Amino acid sequence: MSQPLLQSAKCEISLTVNGKLETLHVYPMERLLDVLRHDLGLTGTKEGCGEGECGSCSVLIDGMLVNSCLIPALQVNAATIVTIEGLATDGRLQLLQQSFLDCGGAQCGICTPGMILASFHLLKKKPQPTLEEIREGLSGNLCRCTGYMQIFEAVEQAARRGAST
Amino acid sequence: MKHAPIVGTSVPRMEGRAKVTGEARYVDDMVLPGMLHGATVRSRIPRGKIKKLTLGLGIDWSEFVIVTPSDIPGKNCIALIEDDQPCLADGLVNHPEEPILLLAHPDRHLLPKAVEAVTVEYEPLPAVFSMEESETSQQIVWGADNIFKTYLIEKGDVDTVWQSADHIVEAEYTTGAQEQLYIENNGMIAAFDLQQGLTVWGSLQCPYYIHKALMKLCNLPADRVRVVQMETGGAFGGKEEYPSMIAAHAALLAMKSGKPVKIIYDRMEDMAATTKRHPSRTRHRTAVSRDGRILAGEIDFTIDGGAYKTLSPVVLSRGAIHAGGAYYWPSIRIRAKAVATNMPPHGAFRGFGAPQSLFALERHMDRIAQVVGLSPVEIRRRNFLKPGQTTTTGQTVNEEIDLCKLLDRALELSDYHAKKERFARDNQQSSHKKGMGIAAFLHGAGFTGSGERFLGSVVGVEAIADGSLRILVSSTEFGQGTNTVLCQIVAEALGLRYEDVSIAQPDTHEVPNSGPTVASRTVMVVGKLVQSSAVGIRKTLTASGMLSDSYTPEEFRAACRNYLAKHGKIRSLAQYEQPEGIFWDDEKYRGEAYAAFAWAVYIAEVTTDLTTYSVTVNDFVALQEIGKVLHPVLAKGQIIGGVAQGIGFALYEKVIWENGRMQNGQMTNYIMPTSADLPPIRVYFEELGNVHGAYGAKGIGELPMDGPAPAIVNAIEDALQISFRSIPLLPEDIFAALSESATLETVASTSRGRE
Repeated sequence: MSQPLLQSAKCEISLTVNGKLETLHVYPMERLLDVLRHDLGLTGTKEGCGEGECGSCSVLIDGMLVNSCLIPALQVNAATIVTIEGLATDGRLQLLQQSFLDCGGAQCGICTPGMILASFHLLKKKPQPTLEEIREGLSGNLCRCTGYMQIFEAVEQAARRGAST
Repeated sequence: MKHAPIVGTSVPRMEGRAKVTGEARYVDDMVLPGMLHGATVRSRIPRGKIKKLTLGLGIDWSEFVIVTPSDIPGKNCIALIEDDQPCLADGLVNHPEEPILLLAHPDRHLLPKAVEAVTVEYEPLPAVFSMEESETSQQIVWGADNIFKTYLIEKGDVDTVWQSADHIVEAEYTTGAQEQLYIENNGMIAAFDLQQGLTVWGSLQCPYYIHKALMKLCNLPADRVRVVQMETGGAFGGKEEYPSMIAAHAALLAMKSGKPVKIIYDRMEDMAATTKRHPSRTRHRTAVSRDGRILAGEIDFTIDGGAYKTLSPVVLSRGAIHAGGAYYWPSIRIRAKAVATNMPPHGAFRGFGAPQSLFALERHMDRIAQVVGLSPVEIRRRNFLKPGQTTTTGQTVNEEIDLCKLLDRALELSDYHAKKERFARDNQQSSHKKGMGIAAFLHGAGFTGSGERFLGSVVGVEAIADGSLRILVSSTEFGQGTNTVLCQIVAEALGLRYEDVSIAQPDTHEVPNSGPTVASRTVMVVGKLVQSSAVGIRKTLTASGMLSDSYTPEEFRAACRNYLAKHGKIRSLAQYEQPEGIFWDDEKYRGEAYAAFAWAVYIAEVTTDLTTYSVTVNDFVALQEIGKVLHPVLAKGQIIGGVAQGIGFALYEKVIWENGRMQNGQMTNYIMPTSADLPPIRVYFEELGNVHGAYGAKGIGELPMDGPAPAIVNAIEDALQISFRSIPLLPEDIFAALSESATLETVASTSRGRE
């Protein structure tokens, strides 16, 4: 993929990231993951597998949960993107972030940004999910440390506290 | 001085806020000015002589930094136990993916193509891909005999009981390679200048292992090599040894180019090239009395070490010592052997040999039960170790552990008896066969035998400008909770608040060598040292007259500030000293193998679907005695996470090998459990306390890896009445076994019909 990426000319895109309008010059086929991490310095979005399997690079594009390693930069022109850096407000943790902290939902932390965004997306769709819906809703995000149980607890706690609102 | 206890409570994870906000800094998040990106040209063949290296056309090689073995300033090896593993293959390759040549360039996008453009011509040599081939010695691929290490553990008179024994039960069990699959791939950054020397930052478990390897490779003195751990995204043993290799590669490129160099593996490279759990084969021969008592055993435990020695002798040792498990053996002989093959070296992975030998043992206990005609519960009950009895190495059990009681509690928590009875009845009518399986086991915490004495770990605690305390250890955090629990211990020891204590980033220029972060030793061994180190600070302050015997946290902080103002520095170091009465014989492998054992009974409930042949774990009870739980949320997290990896080890995670190379090095085709795959994992603790660990804690990190696989396969046997002796156990394996047994049944009924 390096060859076409380097041969093609850079193009200008504008997008809103965590509420801030950004105009960037990027290779059209560059991965959104790299644009976020390298061009915008938003390193909270992590790469785990580079092929859309692990979910560590999950971000929200116009409210949809996507693996940013599979999204070409050109596709996000005019889009609104939320990354993990966009969840806390004025240094106050979002309820899900607090619940992950309270319940032991984060261990090594590498899947955590993607996992929290996947949980955020889930609670937007289903504010009071059943355990089965949580298991299903997070099954695109792999975690090797926790065995998931304490992540489920974190999502349940956040839902009880009204995280979706 | 009274204060609310901190140890035993679930304080917030020390670096948790940084992790949930995305602020935590991992190695790939770090960028240095002028930094190059590095890549590795690797062997495509398992074994052979390198005849010629050609830099291909279409690449402007003048833009690249190229490192060959001739650029190595010191010895071309990754120093560990033995210096047999080269940093770069020099004329000879011994496994697929062995590093041959290094490249660096400012644009990381150009590297894959450049790596492709390097042609290596080989003269292939015959290669060995299995323990059995290695044992025939037809090809000698390492040393004089393909053997990295052997151990012999002997207890009692093994040879006389066989003739009079009521039953002799023999079987062989095998386990496969398992990838650690930390979600953060391996990575390192190195920088070199003549003033500062060499600095590396990376994802790693053991800063001083890398420090030692780099000194030898680069021919630099200790003070000119600095190793810094960045936030590390999972490790599980997988970042114990191989990071030394990557640090070495980044260091060589940085030294040659004069620029910082970053090497980040992608998933495929990480899976194909770095270490995995050792494949194993265990043969059991057991003499048993009519009433189900073990009289004697012979156990042959063999592991595949891959092409170089690396940590195989130590993995073998732990596997061998755990091979007798939580049972009393009046006499036993354990022969253990690590052999060489032309696979990438296998290495550390949570449990470190014990999950392999305990899988065999706990399957074998069920087999013995069948032969004798007892239940899996009863055979264990009759053979459990009791206080005052000795283990296979002759270590006396000197704590009041009651394994029968532990077993009873696990049976009750899992509703074992009622379910087993119900399943036996319902299975006859159903294509979904259910079963219950037990594993009872132990796991030794800390380094084996004299290991801790040889390590002689040093830790420190110091006060910083605001009067708070800072812990100085090389023990690393990679998710387990090192930072949090060590800070709890210091706060508890001094009657301070959790927020009065922090921990320094592991940096060999700043922290003493508290040993590697392995072997479930951090809380128990390092924690105890940190506790006494903290007390040293208080003693200094009170001796100086700046602190009274009774104080508030604010007064303690003020005293620290006053002391700093007057003396400039306050630091207390503590070094490991072996407790009295600990005896270990490295030659005979006898004595006190571990300062403490954690004990556990795990029970799995499974369903095998006879339409798809897939196995679902429906419920999992994990009950363990771990001394004292210092942090309930973290301790529970360790157990659940370990059980999840154990379920993967048993049912999902299969490395497909072809000519010594992993063929499924992707998350799409190497399958680890997802959130949709796991049962409720129910965790329960017993706490007996432990004199050797901080506040009575024992090590727990590895324990939960040992039990799930045998419990699950025992449950599958209970469901299907077919014995499986090999993991991973995939649907196709179950299909094959059921087809075979169906054929046998047909043959049997046909021949009966004829009679």
